[in-house]
Amino acid sequence: MAAIEKPRLAVIKLASCDGCQLQLLNLEDELLEIACAVEISYFPEASSALLEGPYDVALVEGSVTTEHDLERLRDIRKQAQMLIALGACANAGGIQSLRNMQDIGEYTRAIYAKPSYIHTLAQSTPLAAHVAIDFAINGCPISREQLLEVITAVLLGRTPKLPTHSVCVECKRNGNVCVLVAHGIACLGPMTAAGCGALCPGFRRGCFGCYGPMESASPDVLCHELIARGVPRDEMIRLLSGYTSWAVEFRAAAEKLEKVAL
Amino acid sequence: MTVAQGTRSIRLDSLTRVEGEGGIRIDVHDGRLEDVKLEIYEPPRLFEAFLRGRSIREAPDIVARICGICPYAHQLTAAQAIESALGITPGEEIRSLRRLFYCAEWIESHALHIYMLQAPDYFGVENVVALAAKQPEAVQRGLELKKIGNEVMTLLGGRSVHPVSVCIGGFWKTPHRAEVLALKPKMERALELALGTARFVGALNLPELDATPECVALSHPREYGMNEGHIVSSSGLDIPIKDFEQTFLEEHVAHSTALQAVRAERGSSYLVGPLARVNLNRDRLSAAAQQAARESCISWPCFNPYAGIVARSIELVHACEESLERIVSYAEPEKPSCEYSVRAGEGCAATEAPRGLLYHRYRINDRGIVQSARIVPPTCQNYRRIEDDIRALVPPILDRPDEEIMNACERLVRNYDPCISCSTHAVKLHIRRH
Repeated sequence: MAAIEKPRLAVIKLASCDGCQLQLLNLEDELLEIACAVEISYFPEASSALLEGPYDVALVEGSVTTEHDLERLRDIRKQAQMLIALGACANAGGIQSLRNMQDIGEYTRAIYAKPSYIHTLAQSTPLAAHVAIDFAINGCPISREQLLEVITAVLLGRTPKLPTHSVCVECKRNGNVCVLVAHGIACLGPMTAAGCGALCPGFRRGCFGCYGPMESASPDVLCHELIARGVPRDEMIRLLSGYTSWAVEFRAAAEKLEKVAL
Repeated sequence: MTVAQGTRSIRLDSLTRVEGEGGIRIDVHDGRLEDVKLEIYEPPRLFEAFLRGRSIREAPDIVARICGICPYAHQLTAAQAIESALGITPGEEIRSLRRLFYCAEWIESHALHIYMLQAPDYFGVENVVALAAKQPEAVQRGLELKKIGNEVMTLLGGRSVHPVSVCIGGFWKTPHRAEVLALKPKMERALELALGTARFVGALNLPELDATPECVALSHPREYGMNEGHIVSSSGLDIPIKDFEQTFLEEHVAHSTALQAVRAERGSSYLVGPLARVNLNRDRLSAAAQQAARESCISWPCFNPYAGIVARSIELVHACEESLERIVSYAEPEKPSCEYSVRAGEGCAATEAPRGLLYHRYRINDRGIVQSARIVPPTCQNYRRIEDDIRALVPPILDRPDEEIMNACERLVRNYDPCISCSTHAVKLHIRRH
């Protein structure tokens, strides 16, 4: 990557909770400095000046769940030199991808009084299912530190350095007692990407995978081990079917367990 | 100015400096305002549907994802609704820690709204960065205040967006007394900043809009309504939380992926949020907040929607002062959460999210699996009220250019701090049995 002088930045959301773009505003100590280094061209949540593209960098939060959002995503891809996918929704469909395993017609009929008013796609899908993305920041929500690292790298024209190891490494670094080994708690830490700082084990609970699968994760081994330790199969399936349930590794592991359950 | 003949449609496609995605459409016929629609196109995420079949233990984590700005509001309300279904009530120490957590979320959210979303309107700039060039001290104050709110949330919940500490019955783990006490100097500083915020807001030149909304909020006999109480209104309503669904109805309209709530008996709009709360519960604000309310340029009760920012600044003072008391008196609970045995049942709860009254209801089976869920966030309750306000705002300025009208509407909408992301998950669930 080459450094860009005062890059034009766009921040956009699709189906999501706003939490990942909020992490940008939560960089209270760095926000004004970042704002000096970039030109905030399009950021509807924070600015009423909506400037037209092209943009050098687009940060996109959320998953694709409507035709309208799919068009917006394709448009932003055309306009942006670099497209960075923010968070579990943009990279793995988000919690709303639980609909993907269901009959969407039944879902909307069951929920809305007038389902004909609702236009939604059958599946919630990550950005990469539709357009090429240049970089992914995982997490539900993304971590401020990782976001800052990526912004810094883009400004300096280098490749961002994000960890590829598992939550377990962060846990050991924090000196946490392993909740899985010591207390038999179901924990996805061994297959989940680092980034949160091993928060859940620090609160004496198991990791529920909100940063998605780590590089070369081995979900089958972990599932087998947890079930052997007495974790009920349905609990294991639910654990995999969470905030990054449409990530290939999590999905495949959940599907395998479901087949065995049948 | 002659009255324009024919039909004119004024449209704002994308509301800015609000959380989530929506627009406004105004239809004018022969110079008369015909229709106002707050068009919400934020995609629905169907939370109530996929909560079915999940364990109650997972519910607080799942509902957090409704909103990145007020995740704790959803977590606490879900936990309390499920506790009600299980017939348990956590002890006073857990209750106090929950209020401290909620105060921190109010601080983070109110500071964000005042300085980053709304203040730019009063200085003719488009965002907080441009505001920083004109009002550096104010922006620094806002950022510092917001940061302290986030720091308290991070201690109690691991992180401020989607905290991980909340469980049914209390917390997965509670902090040590020394960790909480370490927050004291920060919160003292936050109180100073909040008082500064009240002065800053007090000096703004607020527009006036003649409105008489029915204000609705939680009320508690001893404390500022926040985590429990009765639902009261400025028209004399006083009901227990369990009567919420008989008293307020949600309607599904074509122009919105969010439902709009109205008073059931007369179909009228109502107002929730800081202005409604300060109007109804002013006498239970902390001492410094009561003083800030008296020193504000407002004569209370006040129904001018533009005074929302003043109410929000008064609540910031309250949230800081109450936090300070709870920090000093914090005693680590013997157990981080109260124990329970799973049983089938149904329970509801309401709390005051930063943006107003938030209602959750759950039905669970004897294995602790959610059978049905209903979530009514504050923004859904304010939508009809916002449309009513636009109807009052627009007729006197109809001779102005479209852009000016839309700017005025957008400013008006920002008073409500609408959270559109929250509101599109407020959907009525009809259970279909297979």
